[in-house]
Amino acid sequence: MAFYVVQFLTGLASAASLFLVASGLSIIFGVTRIVNFAHGAFYMLGAYAAFTLTERLGGALGFWGGVVVAALIVAAIGVLVEMLLLRRIYHAPELFQLLATFGLTLMVEDLVVLIWGPDDLVGRRAPGFRGAIDFFGQNIPSYDLFLIVMGPLVLGILWLLFQRTRWGVLVRAATQDRDMVAALGVNQKWLFTSVFALGVFLAALGGALQIPRDAVNHAMDLRVIVEVFVVVVIGGLGSITGAFVAAVLVSELNAFGILIFPKISIILVFLVMAVVLIVRPWGLFGKPEAPARRTPGLTVNPWRPLTANERFAAIAALVIAAALPLFAGNYALTVGSEIAIFVIFAVSLHFLMSVGGLASFGHAAYFGLGAYGVALLAKMAGLPMIACLLLGPLLGLLGAAVFGFFAVQLSGVYFAMLTLAFAQIVWSIAFQWVSVTGGDNGILGVWPEKWAASPSHFYWLSLGIAALAVVILRIMVFSPFGFALRATRDSPLRSEAIGINGKRVQWTAFVIAGTVAGLAGALFAYLKGSVFPDNMGISLSVDALVMVLLGGVETVSGAVIGAVVYKALNIWLVSQTELSKLVLGAFVVLIVVAFPKGIVGTLEAFMHRRRKSSSSTSSLVTSRIETAE
Amino acid sequence: MRGYFVGAGLAIAVATVAGSAVTTQALAQSEIKIGEINSYSLLPAFTEPYRKGWQLAVEEVNAAGGINGKKLVVISKDDNGKPADAQTAANELVSSENVAMLTGTFLSNIGLAVSDFAKQKKVFFLAAEPLTDAITWSKGNRYTFRLRPSNYMQAAMLVEEAVKLPAKRWATIAPNYEYGQSAVAVFKKLMSEKRPDIQWVDEQWPPQGKIDAGPVVQAVAAANPEAILNVTFGADLVKLVREGNTRGLFKDRKVVSFLTGEPEYLDPLKDETPEGWIVTGYPWYSIKTPEHETFLKAYQAKYNDYPRLGSIVGYETIKSAAAILAKANSTDPEKLIAAAEGISLSSPFGEITFRKIDHQSTLGAFVGKTALKDGKGIMVDTSYRKGSDYLPGDAEIEKMRPKD
Repeated sequence: MAFYVVQFLTGLASAASLFLVASGLSIIFGVTRIVNFAHGAFYMLGAYAAFTLTERLGGALGFWGGVVVAALIVAAIGVLVEMLLLRRIYHAPELFQLLATFGLTLMVEDLVVLIWGPDDLVGRRAPGFRGAIDFFGQNIPSYDLFLIVMGPLVLGILWLLFQRTRWGVLVRAATQDRDMVAALGVNQKWLFTSVFALGVFLAALGGALQIPRDAVNHAMDLRVIVEVFVVVVIGGLGSITGAFVAAVLVSELNAFGILIFPKISIILVFLVMAVVLIVRPWGLFGKPEAPARRTPGLTVNPWRPLTANERFAAIAALVIAAALPLFAGNYALTVGSEIAIFVIFAVSLHFLMSVGGLASFGHAAYFGLGAYGVALLAKMAGLPMIACLLLGPLLGLLGAAVFGFFAVQLSGVYFAMLTLAFAQIVWSIAFQWVSVTGGDNGILGVWPEKWAASPSHFYWLSLGIAALAVVILRIMVFSPFGFALRATRDSPLRSEAIGINGKRVQWTAFVIAGTVAGLAGALFAYLKGSVFPDNMGISLSVDALVMVLLGGVETVSGAVIGAVVYKALNIWLVSQTELSKLVLGAFVVLIVVAFPKGIVGTLEAFMHRRRKSSSSTSSLVTSRIETAE
Repeated sequence: MRGYFVGAGLAIAVATVAGSAVTTQALAQSEIKIGEINSYSLLPAFTEPYRKGWQLAVEEVNAAGGINGKKLVVISKDDNGKPADAQTAANELVSSENVAMLTGTFLSNIGLAVSDFAKQKKVFFLAAEPLTDAITWSKGNRYTFRLRPSNYMQAAMLVEEAVKLPAKRWATIAPNYEYGQSAVAVFKKLMSEKRPDIQWVDEQWPPQGKIDAGPVVQAVAAANPEAILNVTFGADLVKLVREGNTRGLFKDRKVVSFLTGEPEYLDPLKDETPEGWIVTGYPWYSIKTPEHETFLKAYQAKYNDYPRLGSIVGYETIKSAAAILAKANSTDPEKLIAAAEGISLSSPFGEITFRKIDHQSTLGAFVGKTALKDGKGIMVDTSYRKGSDYLPGDAEIEKMRPKD
């Protein structure tokens, strides 16, 4: 019996650590609607800063003082980030802030190694909490007890802050209805800055409090960020209590789950999230979001098919691209094939995101399913390449049909997180089912047949399929189906009123996007000759998101340029510099500031403005739409 | 609109081609290039010392006249910790840098991806670090050689000590991925062969890099084992040790642990190093052979730092590559394979041989016990185990390794 009590308390300690970080994220998201990807980076900076301070200062006061000061320093950095970077892009399309914080995260990962060195750092134990307390023959570390108290304490303080202060009232109001708060004359700027500072402070404090039990290292951020997101979503966005309950739920399920299924940890949080979101679409304590006051017709430029001239230009560009093998070497051609494949992958997500209004955080699942489909068909059934390329993506289609059915019942961030959960479940199957998928050692030897083996042939094959995919998806955008999909995106109520079955339309779009992603994955398997679980990992999903955002969500085919720029730059930087993440991150941040609508989106807006600079009505409309969310 | 995009992509492609063409032109015939790939950005704790090791080796090789008079050049690429990126890098090295051979890699899946690439493109590949048994056995191929003692070899070395323990009830803690899984599987198999009386009472599989150490320690303790096998390393190991120490998991229990004696993983533990664990590792402070003294002196003189195991691996990888290139006196992959099979050369750990049968080197490892000295973790009672003594018989290998 004592064992179960102690195991429960151990779970609570893990929950408290998780909650500290999650609460900050929840607050930030609730008010600013920023998907703060850099939250893990702030957590990590908190740990590094606390390590340095506590090593320098020494003594009990030095330790606790160091922890708090570290959190304050990082919070100050957070304020700078908010004022210099995020303020510029609050009005950018949804999720664009994700891109900015993603860039920051990349930079921080390289920076901490530059500043603190590559070794794992082990900080001091907390003075006064070094030992363990005997509980009927079981040892409980006293630091665990400290954390168990800290969790509810922070929860209580936050509760008081939000319920009993004027600032808290404003924050709660902003969480519920931002536009109304702004309309009532509250200075949103400082509200957002202060909320961001508080959130970052909590993240850094969470990181700093880990130093007595963890090793500080440069991978801490990614280790925590996804898990924290999941906790926030399970609890319900913006609900601090929800985050606390979710943290306890996840940690306890893990603590007791490993007694029965020792391998459960790798997937547990995602399983819990999938179940919770299917049963309760807004998380445990979340409320349905108020219908967005979005002006129908989100885009400044109404979409239109290409004009004859533009079509000619596109074909000319394709011909030039197809001529690459005439003067480029094998390496450039292989990189070209990879870029073409990522163009397919990015446009498939772009179709779902910008036409369907459904941002998926787990799109790599279908890419990976397509790749595994090919690998399994080629290795086990021994099918020829053409058959594999045609049938492989069907696995992506199947996956998208099953998961998409559940996912489209939700919307917004909940949709995104459910897709993430499904992707992680698929990933863990590929990772764990060693007898079929080879586990993380993957499936090797999936090379193309002779006719496609040479780099130039494979390049033409990829380029051709990419061009085809882009054209087909464009045709779909301007087909009746595309109009129905856009109608559902812009106004679910109105589209329903005219008889569009929104869920079915979205489901179809999801399946289309999944199949196209599967096609990209199928080609990728042949390009690399092997398939690994990280072909469906989170980082690939994030890469796809970044490509779409970089190109511009509000464009018809912006993802094409997003994919080309991001992938080419990524490959080039990794090859050329030791600090590829720092440079790439800085580039992403710069792009965010310089092109707040994405590269293509900003160019389009610029040309549009030049064309219509004289018309005053147009600029009025533009500004109105820009301020609406 | 799409014209711009494709145009932009094209411009980048052209720039790349032009850039690489220039470097290729600049190459005189007096150079031999090796392409080196590793997870520099993902695993700097291991790969930084590794890089220092191979840089030292390049310097020494060239100071001694290079490869049959030609200068040795190593072109190094980062793989981002992803197999797909490693292949992009391998492709660049082979296609546009025209390297004579590929070397490096840390993670098992990356090692396998590059070895498959080598097989497909018929390029010589010397894997430095990946521990998976598959790379030389079940998925082995004639183009791939491997330097470090494999999972199987390290397990066999540890088993030799572990069977002497009286403990009958064993629990295992290992990261939940191929490395952890196969380390546990081999250890269990070899142990049970020699000690049929052993019971395996619990196994824990925390995700790599994400161990929730408290519950894991508690769960293992609840099974009340007499001895524990640990395969976690890095930050996971730190958390496990800290929780285990506070909760008294290791008190009166024997622990056998993979890799923990390597400075990369032992040093961060500082004064919390648990004592008396049986580990494999690299006690650079107590190896008194002339070969190692020479290496140590050169390394410390150049970097003003002590070597980690990564330094040895990096150093010996390039030394081996240089020896193979010199013996082959050619960059033809077939000649390189012929030269590498059975080649013997010296290393800081003594002479090593690349076996003809499975392309595994006989580089060994040190087995010893952890101890605390002046607030730092060290290895004591160490002895070097030659790799050749811990490999299965030829018949067994031939059964596992695919025919070419």
